[in-house]
Amino acid sequence: MAVLVIADHNNETLSDATGKTVSAAQKIGGDVDILVAGAGCRSVAEAAAKISGVRKVLLVEAPHYEHRLAEPFAALIVSLADGYDALLKTATTTGKNVMPRVAALLDVMQISEIIDVVSPDTFVRPIYAGNAIETVQSSDKKKVITVRATAFKAAGEDGAAPIEEAPAASDPGLSSFVKEELTKSERPELTAAKIVISGGRALGSYENFEKYIFPVADKLGAAVGASRAAVDAGYVPNDYQVGQTGKVVAPELYIAVGISGAIQHLAGMKDSKVIVAINKDEEAPIFQIADYGLVGDLFKIMPELEAAL
Amino acid sequence: MKVLVPVKRVIDYNVKVRVKSDQTGVDLANVKMSMNPFDEIAVEEAVRLKEAGIASEIVAVSIGPEKAQDQLRQALAMGADRAILIKTDETVEPLAVAKLLKAVAEEEKPQLVICGKQAIDDDCNQTGQMLAALLGWAQGTFASKVEKDGDKLNVTREIDGGLQTVSLALPAVVTTDLRLNEPRYASLPNIMKAKKKPLDVKEPSTFGVDIAPRLKVLKVTEPPKRQGGAKVASVAELVGKLKEAGVI
Ligand SMILES: Cc1cc2nc3c(=O)[nH]c(=O)nc-3n(C[C@H](O)[C@H](O)[C@H](O)COP(=O)(O)OP(=O)(O)OC[C@H]3O[C@@H](n4cnc5c(N)ncnc54)[C@H](O)[C@@H]3O)c2cc1C
Repeated sequence: MAVLVIADHNNETLSDATGKTVSAAQKIGGDVDILVAGAGCRSVAEAAAKISGVRKVLLVEAPHYEHRLAEPFAALIVSLADGYDALLKTATTTGKNVMPRVAALLDVMQISEIIDVVSPDTFVRPIYAGNAIETVQSSDKKKVITVRATAFKAAGEDGAAPIEEAPAASDPGLSSFVKEELTKSERPELTAAKIVISGGRALGSYENFEKYIFPVADKLGAAVGASRAAVDAGYVPNDYQVGQTGKVVAPELYIAVGISGAIQHLAGMKDSKVIVAINKDEEAPIFQIADYGLVGDLFKIMPELEAAL
Repeated sequence: MKVLVPVKRVIDYNVKVRVKSDQTGVDLANVKMSMNPFDEIAVEEAVRLKEAGIASEIVAVSIGPEKAQDQLRQALAMGADRAILIKTDETVEPLAVAKLLKAVAEEEKPQLVICGKQAIDDDCNQTGQMLAALLGWAQGTFASKVEKDGDKLNVTREIDGGLQTVSLALPAVVTTDLRLNEPRYASLPNIMKAKKKPLDVKEPSTFGVDIAPRLKVLKVTEPPKRQGGAKVASVAELVGKLKEAGVI
């Protein structure tokens, strides 16, 4: 039995979530290898080699893996699939993009966003925006799985796995990278932060995020998130969206400001340890799941909160 | 170019989902069903491509029960030209859906397939990527902008860190994200017109595709309930509680 975990990284740093996906792989059992594919990404392989309990790290470097576009990346993963019983990747946008392509090429039905491993062929995953939880058993020989990282504890970091270079597969040449506009922020990454503070439609503008949300976030060392409504309205970039179809977070503390609590939003944050809701409507559904609800006008409360911290 | 748009009949996004007490699934009896919201965005994008003179014909396809005709009629009312229903009462997994769509694509020869990025019932987020793989085509997932650029398609994608633009060789598969467009409501005259547009009904067996599920659902349960609902009266009380809880 062997499992291949495909690392998430940006050619420079290994994503924290990879260690969590490794622990999902260890729950399946057998030897766990990590694939690091990219361009100029040896430092990522070195970081991956430190994850505890890993047999080896496969390093594949080629220009066509620089942006991990789905077509060449899937071709590479398929070329390495032979020695493995399961292929796992974190359910990041890269994972969601490439793994179903891998699954179809292998004639496997992917198991998306697992939150638990029951046995090597049985997995637990949320459906209907997390309003139901299904346990599924796969009859496919090989398993192709994406992992919801927030549901697993990261593996330790006292490993020293050997790094082995593996050959690149050829580029199918179907797509090419044009450009990337990445959101720059000094704040912690949303899915890795211990504290997340999110703003909703009630904020009304980017300027109000700047005035009422960011100062509190900076005092707390928190990441900033948002509801779909706030993103759709253009107050903050798309990668701030928390929810069923955005990012899933489970920090120690989640503060929802001017967010009503639609099921699609709750799907992305209801596993947070402590939830605070600030909303002027005492009937807002967000209060039903909040540990501490504060009814009132955010434009008055947030400056008070900033001062009190 | 011809555009193929797959649409799925799913529980309406406003409906509160109830898990059946025998743990076999969720209760879909007498609940409102609608077109998957991401598929509405897909239909809208295809119609805009047609209005811009880029798309020549839009074919909507659904794999699902007889009643999925309602969603196909909606696609026709929004501006699709014709529709195909591959009728089945079975649960068809994304891999099998992709295989059926591949068969349709081989018959119809579209230059572009626009799918929703995920269905809000099974939350799988797979079908478009699988279809692209089976056809050997390029894929542009989670699109917030689609632009034809000569014989290529530029797709701006919503990714975890922001936005990424890729250039795809055609034919290609695109999957929609929320910011791609705002779907129109079909007007009454267009709803009437849609009733006369062609809608073919076919059986999965005619495509020679094995749709037997690969995943066996052992049980469906309710998520753990959260004990919430407590209120605090002031910012000072809130800060005190958060310090007590050790989270700040
Ligand atoms: C297919 C699909 C996918 C979706 N995916 C997501 C997703 O991933 N994430 C997500 O968030 N949503 C998602 N949604 C949207 C979701 O259904 C809601 O529309 C959205 O979450 C609402 O955002 P909101 O709470 O900011 O806005 P609203 O629902 O408008 O709530 C605003 C809240 O602010 C309060 N308020 C107003 N003024 C003040 C004030 N001065 N002080 C304090 N409170 C105030 C109001 O009382 C209200 O409760 C999705 C929807 C669909 C159909």
